Amino acid sequence: MPADEPVHAHLALSSRFENIEIAERALVDLCDHVGFSGDDGYWLVTALREATANAIRHGNRQDPDRTVLIDYRINNNEVTIRVEDEGEGFDLDSVPDPTDPGYLLRPSGRGIFYMRQFMSRVEFSRSPGGGTVVEMTRRLEPETRSSKDEK
Amino acid sequence: MKSEIRDVNDVRIIELSGKITIGTGDVKMRELVDSSLEEGQKKILIDLAGVSAIDSSGIGEMVACYTTVTKRGGQLKLLRLSPKINDILHVTQLITVFDVLDSVQEGLAALE
Repeated sequence: MPADEPVHAHLALSSRFENIEIAERALVDLCDHVGFSGDDGYWLVTALREATANAIRHGNRQDPDRTVLIDYRINNNEVTIRVEDEGEGFDLDSVPDPTDPGYLLRPSGRGIFYMRQFMSRVEFSRSPGGGTVVEMTRRLEPETRSSKDEK
Repeated sequence: MKSEIRDVNDVRIIELSGKITIGTGDVKMRELVDSSLEEGQKKILIDLAGVSAIDSSGIGEMVACYTTVTKRGGQLKLLRLSPKINDILHVTQLITVFDVLDSVQEGLAALE
């Protein structure tokens, strides 16, 4: 397949933390397939893991009967990941800045911060069923992409 | 995540490798630090040379470990961060919280 052809994949996972490894494996394989490598892949995986972990823990409350939907799209030099849970949603404004000195030593609350640090764009919305949808895009550095033949 | 523990005089060195991530590595790291404190080891070095990834849960547990050790009058320092783990500590600004050292020798000297 030509490296510039758009790639689209979809996963439906039950809400178990061990399934984060499946989500990661799929992303790594897709990036490898189109020739993305290096730091971009590492930070994409980092953000994906956070979004998936949030969907499992906070959205679906680790109920294995609830599903996390993950959509991957790779187009030109952009990777877009969409993660949707079956939870009740949350108030984004209630999430404090974890770098604020008053919150720096909190043991939790850094997941969204991670996503925003490592992706070019992160947007939250509600699904028709009321769950949380996070869609995030990372624009890749051109030099991190090589054709499969070069590998 | 895998771990190895060794003591040098009164210093507990916890060597971690693999991923410190939600549901597995984060809990294990906390257990290792808690058991060290229960054994009376209050000077702790966490060697991260073999750690490939740490997610926000892993970072959170590391902060919790630091807080627990400090409250009990001990010291917890980090050793041998990879460039990416170092980046994460910088963006989260936790580099201002943790003492980070480049070698076991430096860590031991800092806890003398």
